[in-house]
Amino acid sequence: MTLALVDGNNFYVSCERVFNPRLEGRPVVVLSNNDGCAVARSAEVKALGVKMGEPWFQMRDLAKKHGILALSSNYALYADMSNRMMTVLSQFSPNQEIYSIDECFLGLDGFQHQDLIEYGQTMRQRVRQWVGIPVCVGIAETKTLAKLANHCAKKSYAGKDGVCDFTRMTETERSVLFAKIGIREIWGVGPRLTEQLVGRGISTVEALRKSDTKTLRREFSVVLERTIAELNGIPCMDLEDAAPNKQQIMSSRSFGQYVYDLAPLQEAVASYIAIASEKLRSQGSVAGMVQVYVRTNPHKADAPQYQRGLTVPLSQASDDTLLLTRAALWGLKRLYRPGFAYQKAGVALLNLSAAGRPQMDLFSTARDNSQVMVVMDRINRIWGRGTLHSAAEGVRKDWHMKREKVSPGYTTRWDELPLVT
Amino acid sequence: MNGHQVPGGTPLPGVRLFAGLPQPCIPQAGIPILASLVPAGFPSPAADFVEDRLSLDEHLIEHKEATFFVRVTGNSMTGFGIHDGDLLVVDRSLHPADRSVVIAVVDGDFTVKQLCRLPDGVLLRSNGAGHSDIFVGPEQELTVWGVVRWAIHSV
Repeated sequence: MTLALVDGNNFYVSCERVFNPRLEGRPVVVLSNNDGCAVARSAEVKALGVKMGEPWFQMRDLAKKHGILALSSNYALYADMSNRMMTVLSQFSPNQEIYSIDECFLGLDGFQHQDLIEYGQTMRQRVRQWVGIPVCVGIAETKTLAKLANHCAKKSYAGKDGVCDFTRMTETERSVLFAKIGIREIWGVGPRLTEQLVGRGISTVEALRKSDTKTLRREFSVVLERTIAELNGIPCMDLEDAAPNKQQIMSSRSFGQYVYDLAPLQEAVASYIAIASEKLRSQGSVAGMVQVYVRTNPHKADAPQYQRGLTVPLSQASDDTLLLTRAALWGLKRLYRPGFAYQKAGVALLNLSAAGRPQMDLFSTARDNSQVMVVMDRINRIWGRGTLHSAAEGVRKDWHMKREKVSPGYTTRWDELPLVT
Repeated sequence: MNGHQVPGGTPLPGVRLFAGLPQPCIPQAGIPILASLVPAGFPSPAADFVEDRLSLDEHLIEHKEATFFVRVTGNSMTGFGIHDGDLLVVDRSLHPADRSVVIAVVDGDFTVKQLCRLPDGVLLRSNGAGHSDIFVGPEQELTVWGVVRWAIHSV
């Protein structure tokens, strides 16, 4: 197997830079929901030592000193730019697995007659020109190695100009390179596993690759054994062309301000159900259970804490926003306790199955709202999410998340297009 | 991006992109379906002649992944038929030719100009000849953001 992992550099920051050239060369961070933590950092910000996930309030001084620009997350923009990037990359291979918003695997079997490094360069140039996003390309025999090759390309440990091809390297060249890379850079090796392995004297990729699988398997999981095989060029994970349908769909947010009363909580939960059930319908599933949960701020130790979730089974699996909302609100009413400062609420749609063959419920008196849902999804697709919504979502939405520094919907809103003089 | 060259590769042989699929938030062009019920008698004589309705997306957008819309402010390009408030359809996949109308980045701002290649550099022209033309020498950096394909003007 030969495959490539293509990954956008500082993806959210790069998306912002496409439409705001003034951000080029300047330190930029993109903040998470409610402008909380850094979720994307430009190279300039990384050089200042700002860590992923660092709270904004902790870096305010640094930001003032170095002129760091902070932006709220503009997910509508990132999603559109991601779709564009993935479609451009799909031109390069019949087998594409979209792994996350900013990375995909491309199968390169049958392309080996080409100069793969040159092919990788063409990918980079095409995405950069067509979409404006800089990407790096890692090429290898397994997914784990392709991830590592991508890391090497990004950090300029190996390869050139953002493309690194392990398949061109000899066994000795690999050993020399892998001896310089720490195991925490390996796909699937988290901080805890890193700690355990380092404790056993295994700290580099090379050391892990050469260690005795059988001994390690006894102590660790079969997953680690697979990772080691993949590091040695034996593929254990196939490309999954189509992303499998989600087994559960979640929607949750932190609130822009603390919420105390039931009414705004109900509005929030109804909105999350709207988002989740739209996703549910778009993948052609129905949900058999609805879970709803609320919690206070766990980081505010002096405030009274409350956290609880409840799962509501449905007598008949459904994709009807109105019915799912009713179930979630029924659950919420039983969860809610007055006297707490709620910071977050969420819903999950569980027990998903394919729509279309509903199991009839003998005692069902439910109305069939499927036509209403089709119309609602269409209206919201055309005029933007939330144009048509259930009354339970409310109108004022005081709990809505804080996004003070969000950039315009450059590609999704007619009235927010980029301006040219 | 250095010089007045926009980086890019040649299109892959055998790969064609089909324009016309809906962009986000653009109303989807309806696919006409003859749904009239014909309980008895004559079938619709039009049934064999159904074709897709014309789509502006298809007409205006050649490479949908690389196409962006921008809004014009100001009157620096009226001589080229581009007016204040117009909507421009910009294709980033195209290489700017001599006399292409382009979106360029000048001092961090987007500007729409006609790109003229000169022996010793590039001239960004607005409105015909005038003081607002910008000359970019060979050692200066110019970023061409995209090539303008259409100006949509409300009458």
